[in-house]
Amino acid sequence: MDLRFRGAQPSDEERAAVDDLLGPPATAWEGGSRTDTDLRMAARAEAARDLLLPALHAVNDRIGWISEGALEYICRRLTIPPAEAYGVATFYSLFSMEPRPRRVLHVCTDLACQAKGAQAVRDRVEQRFGPAGQDWHESPCLGLCERAPAALALEAGQPHRAEVYAPATPDTITTITGAAPGTNGHAPSANVAGETPVKDAVPQAGRPDLVLLRRVGVVDPASLDDYRATGGYTALRRAFELGPAGVIREVLESGLVGRGGAAFPTGRKWEATARQPDHPHYLVCNADESEPGTFKDRVVMEGDPYALVEAMTIAAYATGCAKGYLYIRGEYPRAVARLQHAIATARSRGLLGDDILGKGLSFDIELRRGAGAYICGEETAIFNSIEGRRGEPRSKPPFPVEKGLFGKPTVVNNVETLVNVLPILERGAQAYAAAEPKLFCVSGAVERPGVYELTFGTTLRELLDMTGTTGTTRAVLLGGAAGAFVTDLDIPLTFQGTRDAGATLGSGVVLVIDDTVDMKRMLLRIAEFFRDESCGQCVPCRVGTVRQEEALHRLSRRVDDSDLVLLREVGQTMRDASICGLGQTAWNAVESAIDRLGVFNR
Amino acid sequence: MIPLQPPRRLIDVEIDGEAVRVPEGSTILDACHSAGKDVPTLCYGDTLTPKNACRVCVVEVEGARTLAPACSRKAEQGMKVGTDTERARQSRKVVLELLGSSVDLSTTPRAAEWTEEYGADPARFGDDAATVEQPPKVDNDLYVRDYAKCILCYKCVDACGEQWQNSFAISVAGRGFDSTISTEFDAPLTDSACVYCGNCVEVCPTGALSFKTEFDMRAEGTWDESKQTETTTICSYCGVGCNLTLHVQDNKIVKVTSPHDNPVTKGNLCVKGRFGYGYV
Repeated sequence: MDLRFRGAQPSDEERAAVDDLLGPPATAWEGGSRTDTDLRMAARAEAARDLLLPALHAVNDRIGWISEGALEYICRRLTIPPAEAYGVATFYSLFSMEPRPRRVLHVCTDLACQAKGAQAVRDRVEQRFGPAGQDWHESPCLGLCERAPAALALEAGQPHRAEVYAPATPDTITTITGAAPGTNGHAPSANVAGETPVKDAVPQAGRPDLVLLRRVGVVDPASLDDYRATGGYTALRRAFELGPAGVIREVLESGLVGRGGAAFPTGRKWEATARQPDHPHYLVCNADESEPGTFKDRVVMEGDPYALVEAMTIAAYATGCAKGYLYIRGEYPRAVARLQHAIATARSRGLLGDDILGKGLSFDIELRRGAGAYICGEETAIFNSIEGRRGEPRSKPPFPVEKGLFGKPTVVNNVETLVNVLPILERGAQAYAAAEPKLFCVSGAVERPGVYELTFGTTLRELLDMTGTTGTTRAVLLGGAAGAFVTDLDIPLTFQGTRDAGATLGSGVVLVIDDTVDMKRMLLRIAEFFRDESCGQCVPCRVGTVRQEEALHRLSRRVDDSDLVLLREVGQTMRDASICGLGQTAWNAVESAIDRLGVFNR
Repeated sequence: MIPLQPPRRLIDVEIDGEAVRVPEGSTILDACHSAGKDVPTLCYGDTLTPKNACRVCVVEVEGARTLAPACSRKAEQGMKVGTDTERARQSRKVVLELLGSSVDLSTTPRAAEWTEEYGADPARFGDDAATVEQPPKVDNDLYVRDYAKCILCYKCVDACGEQWQNSFAISVAGRGFDSTISTEFDAPLTDSACVYCGNCVEVCPTGALSFKTEFDMRAEGTWDESKQTETTTICSYCGVGCNLTLHVQDNKIVKVTSPHDNPVTKGNLCVKGRFGYGYV
């Protein structure tokens, strides 16, 4: 490929950041110094486009922003046209293409935090540090909803660091430059300050009847020995007894459906991928948990990281994948650290790599960090993101099981879906199906927010009895920003039950709204969220989310029937004609609030 | 000359109740064309892989949860398609309103006709509705980029990139409503990888990309397509022999295009064929 560069040079620090990731450049073509061999033969570029996102992270983590010189150097190293790399870098909100301070504060102003007074925190930060944009930003949901309102400071450097403020009262955040965060005693998360033990996010922690959460907050998440002592890797051994087809049969029989929101039968997905003649097959674990109000995957990853490693190994065994990608949100520094540690430890103990447990299975996991884009949790956008392209959804068909990552058959599963495979194999499909566990992310006006594990069929009222509510409950948002508000507390929390009630279980969000919450403001925030997070590919979503927000602004000032008609028409078109689930669901919550809560009734 | 292709199985589809047989692998749009249906398209390009971004071609497929883009969805045996159902018309109407309210469609062929046909009212979003209005980028003597007219159909990016030219001078940058077509760091074209083949101008469906001559004449008010003649001839520069279509107004060449059905070049030219007509 013929590339044209404008000639911007990287600084030494930028060059070092990229070289630390990719190794020193081998040839003059890649930006190294010219050698005799360069003059004798043409350099051949390796196909390494998929390292673009990690390389952008490397510079952004070290320097805090990405200069033109740094971008050109990355492009030289990876043989990527600069215009394309620029298009990719500007797609992600955690990257800056302009100079900015090393430490940037992200103040969550999303739904769960808004229900817990994020506005006051935001206003205080603005009063102290001036308008948003440089030192601090308003952020979409940080997935710290059980400790809302939350803020996260990301600090570039070597190593880069993170500091969590949760809960953040208006006066906790006294300085943006911040004291250098100290360690909190856990080696794998040394670069994350301000965190509390994972146990605090699981009010049920330690209860003997837990299935998915049984180890969270009980065992040391850094210790593989603890994991194995508490039943770890029995499921993988069982998988080896059953064989790949046997594992798929068990998963099919268990009736497990995807927990990311779409509820597609997992066994059918695995079976379809396993059958594809085209090779290699890829496994992608979708840990880009960004639905506002969702934090279950974070808690599982932080509290029981080896469970995910084991579950991915089983999925790979069943579907014939030699390589798995774990795509995790960029805003989850502790989960990233814990999983990096878990993957490295598992590899060193022969539980990843060639010949796992001496059974001839070869499988390894590569961890990839997202960079601030909700849309990358869409099952095909995640492929584009891993491949080093803009995280835009692809049109389906073809479906991932036929043509997914790198155009190859791919099985893509959510974190919670995967960890469910462990009890299926440990207990057998029937015993599992008899008491199928589901995680719920409870936040908002409740006494004991956190991740709850219930068996399917529990009603919303029973769940809220466990969590306790504060104030007068006005409504519950089920399923996040793409979900719906409900007022009937006797809804059974099953996929069918919520669907019958005109809602969705989605990713398991249960956000309780009391009567102190300004609903108009909340709807505006939902509209703002979708406007910010729309990838911009298709017209209904790109322009429709903007028009929806504009109409809600007008409606919150003055209720006008023509604006309500407009909202419905635009909403229906987004639902009918958008490419992916983001546009198709961008109107759900607003519609349910208008119809069920009468937010704009005169 | 008709290039020979391996025989393809024919499949039966139903378009608005009418039975149509099309070769396997055809899109719904192909089937609509064989049934004589006029389905509006904007981002569809006859020489490019469908991007299905604009969504004006959506049709209703029986049994599907959402509407399907006709330009890219493959027809399947037994598929029942409604091109003119209430739901499809409503979607097209709103999509045209969304586009019309945010983008200048004044030079988009057929936009006015469709707006009327579907009863679209772009003004309903009010005067404060956000638009992509911005000054045109005039940074070279050959063509102008007027992104106030850009519907982000990705055709120029695809033509510049791996589908035709392999120059990769432009890409979509930013996200959502703020996305734009841009060079790296929004550098001027003269500083970019652009080779001025003008193949992006060839595929632009809205006139956002246009010859400098056309742009200047429109600004003066002298652009008049009714006075123009089109003459297809052969480029005299090299031995490839690309077809050129010269658009002539008042005895002057005002624009050069190339026939898309040419089996070799498919509407693509190089800088000489596209812009090097000064010697005529």
